[in-house]
Amino acid sequence: MPKKITIALAGNPNSGKTTIFNNLTGAHQKVGNWPGVTVEKKEGTATYNNYTIRVVDLPGTYSLTAYSQEEIIARNYILEEKPDLVVDVIDASNLERNLYLASQLIDLGVKLVFALNMVDLARSRGQIIDHEQLAILMGVPIVPTVGTKNQGTTELLEAIVRVTEDKESVARHIHIDYGRELEEEIAKLQGLIQPAPSLAHKHHARWMATKLLENDEEVIKEIEKKPRKKTILGQLEQSKSRLQQILGDDPETLIADRRYGFIHGALRETLRHTRTDRRYVSDRVDTVLTNRLFGLPIFFFFIWAMFQLTFNLGSYPMAWIDAGVGLLAQFVGGLMGEGLLKGLVVDGIISGVGGVAVFLPNIFILFFCIALFEDTGYMARAAFIMDKVMHTLGLHGKSFIPMIMGFGCNVPAIMATRVLESRRDRILTILINPLISCSGRLPIYALIAGALFGARAGNVIFSLYIIGIAMAILMGQIFKRTLFKGEIAPFVLELPPYRMPTFKGTVIHMWERGSIFIKKMGGVILIGSIIVWALSSFPQNVDYAGDYEAQKSRIQEEYAAVIQRADANRVEVLAEEMDQKVAEVEILREREFQEKSLLGRLGKVIAPVLRPLGFDWRAGIALLTGFVAKEIVVSTFGVLYQVGREQEEESEGLRAAIQHAMTPLIGYAFMIFVLVYTPCLATVAAIRRETGSWGWTGFSVGYGLVLAWFLAFIIYQGGMFLGLG
Amino acid sequence: MTARKLNELRTGDRGIIERITGTGRFRQRLMEMGFVPGTEIMVEKYAPLKDPIEYILKGYHVSLRHTEAEKIMVRESEEGQRED
Repeated sequence: MPKKITIALAGNPNSGKTTIFNNLTGAHQKVGNWPGVTVEKKEGTATYNNYTIRVVDLPGTYSLTAYSQEEIIARNYILEEKPDLVVDVIDASNLERNLYLASQLIDLGVKLVFALNMVDLARSRGQIIDHEQLAILMGVPIVPTVGTKNQGTTELLEAIVRVTEDKESVARHIHIDYGRELEEEIAKLQGLIQPAPSLAHKHHARWMATKLLENDEEVIKEIEKKPRKKTILGQLEQSKSRLQQILGDDPETLIADRRYGFIHGALRETLRHTRTDRRYVSDRVDTVLTNRLFGLPIFFFFIWAMFQLTFNLGSYPMAWIDAGVGLLAQFVGGLMGEGLLKGLVVDGIISGVGGVAVFLPNIFILFFCIALFEDTGYMARAAFIMDKVMHTLGLHGKSFIPMIMGFGCNVPAIMATRVLESRRDRILTILINPLISCSGRLPIYALIAGALFGARAGNVIFSLYIIGIAMAILMGQIFKRTLFKGEIAPFVLELPPYRMPTFKGTVIHMWERGSIFIKKMGGVILIGSIIVWALSSFPQNVDYAGDYEAQKSRIQEEYAAVIQRADANRVEVLAEEMDQKVAEVEILREREFQEKSLLGRLGKVIAPVLRPLGFDWRAGIALLTGFVAKEIVVSTFGVLYQVGREQEEESEGLRAAIQHAMTPLIGYAFMIFVLVYTPCLATVAAIRRETGSWGWTGFSVGYGLVLAWFLAFIIYQGGMFLGLG
Repeated sequence: MTARKLNELRTGDRGIIERITGTGRFRQRLMEMGFVPGTEIMVEKYAPLKDPIEYILKGYHVSLRHTEAEKIMVRESEEGQRED
């Protein structure tokens, strides 16, 4: 019977924690979110000797204060779930700062193992680390590892088991000495928090006392629940003012200072530099990539290349999936008899989910590129280069990538907001992203602008993109000033050394994110497609104004008679003519069916709301179906406006019908409405997924509709007033 | 030797951190990232659009916006002084 233990993996961002996690757990991982928040939670299992080891990946943090969601998650997991051991992944080439988190973990009094990662990089930089001596000074066993080459994994597992079994001689709990004055105050507070402590409680009480001096809100809340809160908080105030008096600084600074002092002391004995030249390869690469002159052009080239790869290379598998979905629909449709169930499966489920599945190649290619940016360290440079621009929009430098991706498709763009660390930045970027005009809206513009503006269509479409960007900037400013007031997260951005990514690592990274999209298709999008299908196919028994079936059979009879008498060489032409006429009748029937379906009735219900914009009820229905995917607006137009069978957007018949139904002014107002209103179902699902909140999702949909209405209203009514109608 | 704001240093300049004005999360974040008094900091480069600024301290690279660097007071590091 194998023994089960749970370990948590902590470490700084960029410490290579993910590669260590992948090495330990291999393919046995699952990704989810921490309860209540949208921070990724990864778990996996490792087996070693007689042990089954559950590995929980904590969010990458620089510290364990209570200032960010990630830090609170990491800390609470260690304190409340009490894993058997914590592995801290430490970047050997950036030892001093990485040991800061380590010093806080030591304070927590948990069982620890340090994985001294990227020792190869440190060595190549001429940094010689006496890790055995360092382990003795820290009281924590240290295992050198190279995550990208899977070196040191077995040794790490060995150390984990040894420490859990209490067989490691190096492991002992040390107190970081905060200096006489601080120690005195810590002792006073500690005594009040836990007067008669057991050993484990003693460590915890000391930790709490230290945290109180650091002004830690979470710990203060904890203390406020205790019966002795008055005495403790009173003592805290006394201690703080006393320290301020003697040492001339606040305790927060003093404690951070002493921690770095402790680290500095330990490193003085154990770290040696053999190179005086501190310019590394990474720095030389960076002088090109963030160069004053070339930095921006190079950045735009990378973005352009990513865009090309995502949408051009992606268009091939996209076409295959599209064809595959079509074949599947045909095949399944062939197996099933005519009827409701077939409609549900073929028109609802297969075409609905299939319509979203075609985005899979785009999404995976995009995530591969993003993973590449992140794993090489270029992402931080992209933020560094673009921050000035994005900051004026109230966003973070890293928001640039999601914004630019929006031109392709808002779904991967919204999922790309995961690169942002602060929730505020993430939600703000998500909210304004749908205003960036995605490629799904282009067929609508092409159809309407092509029909109504002739040679000026190109300029008209370009103006739509510009209006979208302008609106994104404007709404960003408004939201920043209204919804997201308050303290902005500081832009303290680490620029890690450039690293050669591993193919395996990048693929795992891509898969983790892409698979979330696949799960989503099974849920929200499936349900949404079924609802829209139901709305457009009920009620089943429509009271038709004319008897279409009779008309069809009459045509068929007439032609059958003609064909019998006709020459052999004319038969084919006549048969084609017949099919055409039957199809025309079918279109009329479909149109009436659409009109009398629940969707059609809904279109008529909302018609009064759209009348001030100059839209008729057919435009209303088209907009309703566009909620599933904007492209669908075009095919709805095909059914509602068209006389002939051709449903292609290039078709002359449809163009003529639109010229008949809309003035250029109405057409422009309609396109603006399409640009701004509720993003498609897939985007809504992505927003729900990434914000983790129906509230924000509802807000996004709601503000889009309201803004779209007002813009279209201003354009239509303003245009009428100026006599452009 | 007078204290200056960190954002007043030019590319290649070095300084010793004296204190951080500013409060709360900002201050704590800077300190855990190694911005503690007595630490030497060097200006590596300005971003192509002049903001933010890249610094080297404690052997790693970090970037700050002007508005943030403004809150860090540094004194000039003595000639010939080494990082460690």
